[in-house]
Amino acid sequence: MIAVSVGVLVAAGSYLMMSGRLLPYLFGLVLLSNAGNLAIFGSGRLTYARPPLVPEGAQALELANALPQALILTAIVIGFGLMSYTLALSLRSWQETGTTRMDEMRLAEPEERG
Amino acid sequence: MLLVWPVAVPMGAAVLTLLAARSVRAQRVLSLAGALALLAAGTVLLVTVLREGPQAAQMGGWAAPYGITMVADLFSAALVFATGLMAVLTIFHGLVRPGDTGEHFGHHPLTQSLLLGICGAFLTGDLFNLYVWFEVMLIASFGLLVVGGRREQFDAAVKYAGLNLVATLTFLTGVGLLYGAAGTLNMADLHLTLAGRSGETAVLGAAMLLLFAFGAKAALFPVFFWLPASYHTLSITTSALFAALMTKVGVYALIRVFTLVYDAGEPPIASLLLWGGVLSMVVGVLGAAAQMEIRRILAFHSVSQIGYMVLGLALHTGLGLAGAIYYLFHHIVVKSNLFLIAGAVRDRTGSEDLRTIGGLWKRSPGLSILFLVSALSLAGLPPFTGFWAKLLVLRASLDAERYVAAFAVLAVGLLTLFSMTKIWNEAFWKPHPGDARRRFSSRLALIPVALLAAITLAAGVVAEPFIDAATEAAAQIVDPARYLQAVGVTRELSP
Repeated sequence: MIAVSVGVLVAAGSYLMMSGRLLPYLFGLVLLSNAGNLAIFGSGRLTYARPPLVPEGAQALELANALPQALILTAIVIGFGLMSYTLALSLRSWQETGTTRMDEMRLAEPEERG
Repeated sequence: MLLVWPVAVPMGAAVLTLLAARSVRAQRVLSLAGALALLAAGTVLLVTVLREGPQAAQMGGWAAPYGITMVADLFSAALVFATGLMAVLTIFHGLVRPGDTGEHFGHHPLTQSLLLGICGAFLTGDLFNLYVWFEVMLIASFGLLVVGGRREQFDAAVKYAGLNLVATLTFLTGVGLLYGAAGTLNMADLHLTLAGRSGETAVLGAAMLLLFAFGAKAALFPVFFWLPASYHTLSITTSALFAALMTKVGVYALIRVFTLVYDAGEPPIASLLLWGGVLSMVVGVLGAAAQMEIRRILAFHSVSQIGYMVLGLALHTGLGLAGAIYYLFHHIVVKSNLFLIAGAVRDRTGSEDLRTIGGLWKRSPGLSILFLVSALSLAGLPPFTGFWAKLLVLRASLDAERYVAAFAVLAVGLLTLFSMTKIWNEAFWKPHPGDARRRFSSRLALIPVALLAAITLAAGVVAEPFIDAATEAAAQIVDPARYLQAVGVTRELSP
């Protein structure tokens, strides 16, 4: 289930990023970052309703792994910050260059002037 | 504490410069003081590591592999030292060369944050923290990219951000996969846990993801496009700092992960690294040959030079690694110097486009000689550092019987010389076309340039101690026993 949703997210994200326009590209990035987070989640061996901490003396055969959650939390915060930056950047860049099509954004890489 | 200073100092400087946001003068003083303190911290660390071997510290007293480890072997320590040195020189250059850095809009805090991220990445002992430091560095570099607010900067920043974010996500996913497969993210612990397991699908898949991610950070073929798209839109000072350090963090991560966590000699990894390196060398230098703006030429050359370092890693011999490490330091000095010179050229002629400038040899012979030193060093002529760097990589590839790679080393060196000659002919030798627009030229701004040129000359003439140091650093990487011991992860190899 997790694996399928990661796959679908990656596929949809990659498809969006191929479009050559800025906004779908960003949405594709969001989907991909969620796919990455889910992949980490899955890699921590998902369990249901298990405690991450075991009382002293108790015998627990199954316990939740707390580390992936910590990792994902960090990754989400970083990803959110980056995404808001990129959105603001795209807005500014749209205002400045007047286009969101990647092919037309050639200010920094001028085509050969002959 | 030794290991914390190189991270704590730029962090403090970033906070202080941010607090002093109203006064540009205070920011300048704090920024330069922070860089000097970083250089001091780096020197102390380097001397300690040279004397006593690899150092490690466990944050909060949680022993590895459970806590956060910071660790420095000779390679990391020397890189932190180089970071400090470049920080001092570029920040000084930014202070004496007025103009384009955008100091009112947070240039100094961002620069310090960039240094923070770079030093953290060099010193961290586990993969997830490497990811976090990469992010710190990336966010700071995003800020620095747009800090002047010119139109082409936004264009460049969109491409830079878009491509680097993909690499970041790939890195994160790779880290996740690796954690799932090994149950640990401490690099020293991974070294033991993954020994002999590199054939497993998850482990190999993680290796491919990490290779892609670090390759993109290092601007390795075929994922280098963000670099020539963005470097030439930065302010001169910042582009020199970027050229010195940003891609090197990617190369550092490649070297660290593909020697310590993975064995670079494993079949798929080794050939990908090898051909990635060789193709970077060739594509980068050909791309440079087609350009007519100085900084765009230099940016494409960076791609080509990164190829040399990765080739040294891919050869998977002690000599190859030593070559890669020596090349890395040579490139830090020379490439940032060439970017600073590009700034000086622009100051004196008003442009960087080779078609519209000229006549610098007559007007500034001093600058011309400084350019010659760095350009010939980049192209690999004796007696400069570039010669020894290329020679080491060449000998390593001949020893490993990689004759195609050896041929590429020679041919690319020749082509590098060709494009340096192009800059020389167009900017320095031919008479200036049209009216010479002289904006300003600060002699003080040439001090870092002269210093860096002196370093490449001196380290080229007296090459032996530096080559010995690179060999020692490579030896510490090839046999990580002391590294593991410093981290405190000692386990029997067989479970």
